[in-house]
Amino acid sequence: MKTQLALTVNGETLDVIVPVHKTLLEVLREDLNLTGTKHGCELGECGTCTVLVDGEPVLSCLALPVECQGRQIKTVEGMADGGRLHPLQQAFAELGAAQCGYCTPGILLTAEALLDEHPTPTRDDVRVALAGNLCRCTGYTKILDAVELAALRMRGVSA
Amino acid sequence: MKDKLSIIGQSLPKIDAWAKVTGETKFADDMVLPRMAHGKLLRSPHPHARIKRIDTSRAAALPGVYAVITGHDLPRVKFGILPVSQDEEALCVEKVRMVGDAVAAVAAVDEETAERATELIEVDYEPLKALMSIEESLGNQDVRIHEYGDGPNVHKAVSLQFGDVEAAFAAAHLVREDAFFFEGNTHLPMEQHSAVAHWGADGKLTLWSSTQTPHYVHRMLAKILDVPAAHIRVVAAPVGGGFGGKLDPFAHEIAACKLSQLTGRPVKFTLTREEVFYVHRGRHPVLMWVKTGFTEDGAITGMHFRSWLDGGAYGSYGVASTFYTGALQTVTYKVPVYKFEGARIFTNKPPCGPKRGHGTPQPRFAMECQIDKAAEQLGLDPADMRRRNLAEPFTKTANHLTVTTIGLGECIDRVVEASGWREKRGSLPAGRGIGIACSSYMTGAGTAIYWNDMPHSGVVVRADRSGLVAVFSGATDIGQGSDSVLAYLVAEVLGIQPKDIRVLPADTDLTPVDLGSYSSRVTIMAGNAAIQAATRLREKIFEAVARKLEATPDRLVASDRRVFVEGEEDKGVSFPEAVVLAESMHGVLAFPGSYAPPKRAGKYKGGGVGPSPCYSYSACVVEVQVDAETGDVKPTEIWIAHDIGRALNPLLVEGQVEGSVYMGLGEVLMEEQVFRKGVHKIPSMLEYKSPTTLETPEIHTILVEGDDPEGPFGAKEAGQGPLLPVIPAVTNAVFDAVGIRIDETPITPDKVLKALELKRQGKAPRLGPEKLPLFRFPAPRAVESAFGQPAENVAVRPFGK
Repeated sequence: MKTQLALTVNGETLDVIVPVHKTLLEVLREDLNLTGTKHGCELGECGTCTVLVDGEPVLSCLALPVECQGRQIKTVEGMADGGRLHPLQQAFAELGAAQCGYCTPGILLTAEALLDEHPTPTRDDVRVALAGNLCRCTGYTKILDAVELAALRMRGVSA
Repeated sequence: MKDKLSIIGQSLPKIDAWAKVTGETKFADDMVLPRMAHGKLLRSPHPHARIKRIDTSRAAALPGVYAVITGHDLPRVKFGILPVSQDEEALCVEKVRMVGDAVAAVAAVDEETAERATELIEVDYEPLKALMSIEESLGNQDVRIHEYGDGPNVHKAVSLQFGDVEAAFAAAHLVREDAFFFEGNTHLPMEQHSAVAHWGADGKLTLWSSTQTPHYVHRMLAKILDVPAAHIRVVAAPVGGGFGGKLDPFAHEIAACKLSQLTGRPVKFTLTREEVFYVHRGRHPVLMWVKTGFTEDGAITGMHFRSWLDGGAYGSYGVASTFYTGALQTVTYKVPVYKFEGARIFTNKPPCGPKRGHGTPQPRFAMECQIDKAAEQLGLDPADMRRRNLAEPFTKTANHLTVTTIGLGECIDRVVEASGWREKRGSLPAGRGIGIACSSYMTGAGTAIYWNDMPHSGVVVRADRSGLVAVFSGATDIGQGSDSVLAYLVAEVLGIQPKDIRVLPADTDLTPVDLGSYSSRVTIMAGNAAIQAATRLREKIFEAVARKLEATPDRLVASDRRVFVEGEEDKGVSFPEAVVLAESMHGVLAFPGSYAPPKRAGKYKGGGVGPSPCYSYSACVVEVQVDAETGDVKPTEIWIAHDIGRALNPLLVEGQVEGSVYMGLGEVLMEEQVFRKGVHKIPSMLEYKSPTTLETPEIHTILVEGDDPEGPFGAKEAGQGPLLPVIPAVTNAVFDAVGIRIDETPITPDKVLKALELKRQGKAPRLGPEKLPLFRFPAPRAVESAFGQPAENVAVRPFGK
């Protein structure tokens, strides 16, 4: 059974006709061609597919698009402001926080939600916020460093 | 070459960093081609069974299904990554040997239909006795998993002896015999394997795949599909985490190709997470016994090492893995005489293969824990004991490996200093402890998987009139940043910026062969080839610019995107102008570079496993907190020093070291790939415990730099070696904290509590293997120890400088 939905993704409202049981992850990747959102388990265990819904991190592999109508969905493609990267993206690139880059979109968005709510997180705050996002490459060190650097820059501290 | 480096040694972002932080990077599963079908494999639910009948008719009749195949639709030829272990089928025909063996494949309009179709395939199995452990496989000789090998269910048995170990034990002050067990674990890459095949109307096949070894996949596809290799093109997609898990040719890649041929459509397969757990080829579970003689001051007089590997159902890289469990023991400390016996046993479980450190973390764990016990017994400081007995640089080891530079002494000094080892050792509060361990690892395997005299890495550098330089290399970037390293090296040689360089993805039609991203080989091998190619280009550019400037080429310098006369910066041209001058003089500017490691394999069977142009060294100190109530072991801080030769980009080296430390922590504290009745105990990312941000402590990375004559600008490896010392350092720290010896990984809370209980009862506070398999190793091949002989063939390259 298919249904027509209007989804607001990265500020753009788009109509899709999709089977009702398709997950938000699948609709984003397969119907809207937003392949920046990745999948690691499709069971809600690894955090890779995290997107923001009304500013909150959501595992898109467990979310149904029908629940997201009328809400603001944000994927990694929506993080940059036009050609200007989000400070988190800039810091992740500069500090080597993305190795294979596969978990990176989910981690960036989770970190964005953290910094929106807590502009001055401690390192432990960052650890707690990112505890649901697995990364097998980095040992997390450079990810924590990059979130801290972005937080400083977003507060206007030069670093 | 200039004395002053401008790119090398800088902490620059990777060239693909921007694509990765914006989601632009197209992984294999992100590819969509017109008319593309989706594939699914039907996998065996039995660990060992004969296939009596497969009926695909109901699946084929399902609307939306384009094709269904079984092994009968493929040439009846077995394959395997190693020439000596051709024992796999993409789709099993007569029998299955593990849960997860593929028996049929479907291509359909979408993934859901493909999956539904696999459920409609009827397979009659006749279950056979399943052999689930080394003991069962050795004890049931009437049941055979394979018909080949070095004995019933014995894939490989090896025995090597370098000098008289018995005499060494007789002369020792202390002889220890210890048994250890290292549990199997898996790579757990974040990206599930994915491949897209397109068999074009021209009869030529293209496969895009998340593989670390496009060249080997290319060779294997030609064999399996019985198609000329020249008509097959393999393109490496960016790899979303490899760690050795994407080094074999896999069933889904082969099925995608065949189904594309039959349907005339592109076909994509992406594995589920559960499938990734089953196909893994990860760390072998290894049981080990080690006997070592020590002098009063802790020097090793000789070592006898035995290993039994639980190989799983197929060969994979297992013969190499077996030799690797015995190869590198001699590279770290002086081991004058050495004996190694190893056996890999087939079991009805998913096959093991190479994971970060391939076959060497297990013996390193055993050896470094034993050294810690010996130090305790001899009343020596474990750091001092190691420091005094380091291998000699530029010598050969007992087993004929040639060692070049060794920065381990400085590594030990630096971690001892940084961690406060001297103040902390023995004086931390109850429940807290500190441990040390060291290691070494190869910088690239010295021999290819198939014997040949060709380069291991080839690179072509092409300069365009625009000033762009394109680097064609068959190496695959799996996140470690190898494409960036090639860009840095070429930029340094030509005096331009990494942004001026395009590194093409590995593509067997377009890029020269590189053997792949394994054995920490890309920086040294593709790197040296890239330097050679770029240097040849620079010579031609200098020749042309020299004529224009009326100078001699040897007075020219390439720097800051200019070519100019040294000391007279305004007497020069821009790099793009220089390229135009050179193309006008020489024609098209495209130059090859080739690299093969120095030929140093020991002259004995098995001598090809272990040689490397050079070895990296690491020392690690870990501080832990052990909770005696819960048995929980918490590493609180880690210091690691790594002998990198030269850090081409310190940021990337640190990233490799930190990632290795993290992965080692997972292996020592929580990760286990275990099976019950052939079924994976925990095939999910929630239940297969791996460290999160909360379990990963602060890691203090110290880079110890030198200049190795083998490496590009003196660089050695960073991607694997630093994992090795973490595991025994944690184990040794647990002993320092609470006085228990956990001689098997992972150190889970239940094991800690058991050992603490033994301690309370006044028994030996040790948990580990109690008995060893009854197994007769072949008679050792006696070879003279080469210990202490001077290094030969240093920086000698078959294809020139």
